Amino acid sequence: MATPRTLINVPAARSGEIIEIRATIAHVMETGLRPDDQGRVVARDIVTRFECRLDGATVFAADMFPAVAANPHIAFRLRAEKPGSLVFLWEGDRGFRHTETVALKVT
Amino acid sequence: MRAAVLRWSVGASRVLGALGGLGALGALGALVLSACVSHIGSTPVEAAPVNLLNTDTRRAGFADMSTALQAMQQDDTLNPAILWVREGEALWSQAPASGPSCAGCHSSPTSQSQTGHPSASIQTAATRHPAFDGTLNKPVTLAGRVDLCRQRHQNLKPQDADGPEVLALSAWLMHQARGLPITPPPDPRLTAWTQRGEQLYGARMGQLNLACTHCHDQYAGQRLGGAPIPQAHPTGYPTYRLEWQKLGSLPRRLRACMTGVRAEPFATGSDEWVALEGYLMTRAAGMTLEGAAVRP
Amino acid sequence: MKPLNAPTTRRKVMAAGALWLLAVRPAQALDAPLQQAIRAWAGSATPREGRVTLTVAELIDNGNLVPLTVHVASPMTPTDHVQEIMLLNERNPGRELARFQLGPANGRAEVSTRVRLATSQRLVALARMSDGSVWQHTVEVVVTLAACIES
Repeated sequence: MATPRTLINVPAARSGEIIEIRATIAHVMETGLRPDDQGRVVARDIVTRFECRLDGATVFAADMFPAVAANPHIAFRLRAEKPGSLVFLWEGDRGFRHTETVALKVT
Repeated sequence: MRAAVLRWSVGASRVLGALGGLGALGALGALVLSACVSHIGSTPVEAAPVNLLNTDTRRAGFADMSTALQAMQQDDTLNPAILWVREGEALWSQAPASGPSCAGCHSSPTSQSQTGHPSASIQTAATRHPAFDGTLNKPVTLAGRVDLCRQRHQNLKPQDADGPEVLALSAWLMHQARGLPITPPPDPRLTAWTQRGEQLYGARMGQLNLACTHCHDQYAGQRLGGAPIPQAHPTGYPTYRLEWQKLGSLPRRLRACMTGVRAEPFATGSDEWVALEGYLMTRAAGMTLEGAAVRP
Repeated sequence: MKPLNAPTTRRKVMAAGALWLLAVRPAQALDAPLQQAIRAWAGSATPREGRVTLTVAELIDNGNLVPLTVHVASPMTPTDHVQEIMLLNERNPGRELARFQLGPANGRAEVSTRVRLATSQRLVALARMSDGSVWQHTVEVVVTLAACIES
């Protein structure tokens, strides 16, 4: 797929509530250790970095290694104070880069 | 306690005469296999019939999974298969350069827009395939139907059931029909095909000389090398199989079974796959579709 | 006297084996490469047991996708919070699983992800606090593989 599919869940929150944000991205996470049908090792191709920024400030980040499962999934917590804009960023091998923007709804 | 890291080395197995050719595994394997009916876990999830005496002993593979995987499947914010369902949803309303979008023809009459709400026929399509195709004069599976539509009406290249767009659209269609009962069409033209499928299901094959029925009827509910043996109902296909690390079709799973008994799998797109799928759907008639599922 | 292959006797023998696996093994020292990886991340701080809870199912359906959750007891205030969580393993080709950076904005130090585990082994979750202290938790998991090998 040209644009990797993502599955992001940001629940609506009351001010001060700690919510769980879930983010999954379609990515093969090729470890660089696996032989193909001809016995040649398939080159490593993984997502290496995930960041979540709220109104520009990083609120959570992750470094991923080949041991992270395919279609990497991360869930983390956020204390929702006021409405804002969440930007999710994934970066990886071979210049992989993808961002999604999701509104944080806070009442 | 289940045995840790018990691997079935298919190439090194011998036939165990008493068990009708299940193959020798070594002492521990034999212990695991011999008559130990393990407690698989939770109650079946398909809707029970209305009668008070529930004599339907069928259970979906969902019931044989760990609670963690069941929870993963049932939460659309956790289920990795949803990545493909989303892809299918996008393809549904996107017109390719070569023809109309799926939504252009298959939307409900109340909204004729390109991104229309899927018609009732589309929402239930996964419950009633394989269905007979008059032009080909043979049944086609759901994936086959999607591929034919893409070829005939959108001028797109053919794909098999695991082709990227066909797989994504199949996942989306299956998700549309989540919660509905499998309802094979009462079409007499399908009878001979269903019978052929039943024949294949009961035919010994491969170096291990086993038929589907041996594991999935006789030994269903017991364990094979630590893994529970399901009854093999196609209630959750295409499925996100952890072993594949992606979504895959029913033929892909059946190919793995044939390889598992050291048989040469039928060629991709061959009539045997359609016949088998038709039989499996008939065998599972009335069971509830799970949507795009997760399996170990 | 029941025969040795009777179901309950067999279960007792296997249960005893599992108890040994789960009870005795975590007390044994971690393999040297894993200890080295812990030291490399922890730096001059000596990890202490506690405050960190790594939750993984004891029996894994398939090593290709193993869900886990790590929680660290912390008020997550600007002056007292978790800065970084490190997940390491003993038996994969590489020691690292994942590393997470947190801060007071999280409100709660809890992260879930899915990893690949090559075989049954011990996993270690470490947390570095804003005061520089490092805490750890070690768990043992059993990984089963698919019964039939696909081509």
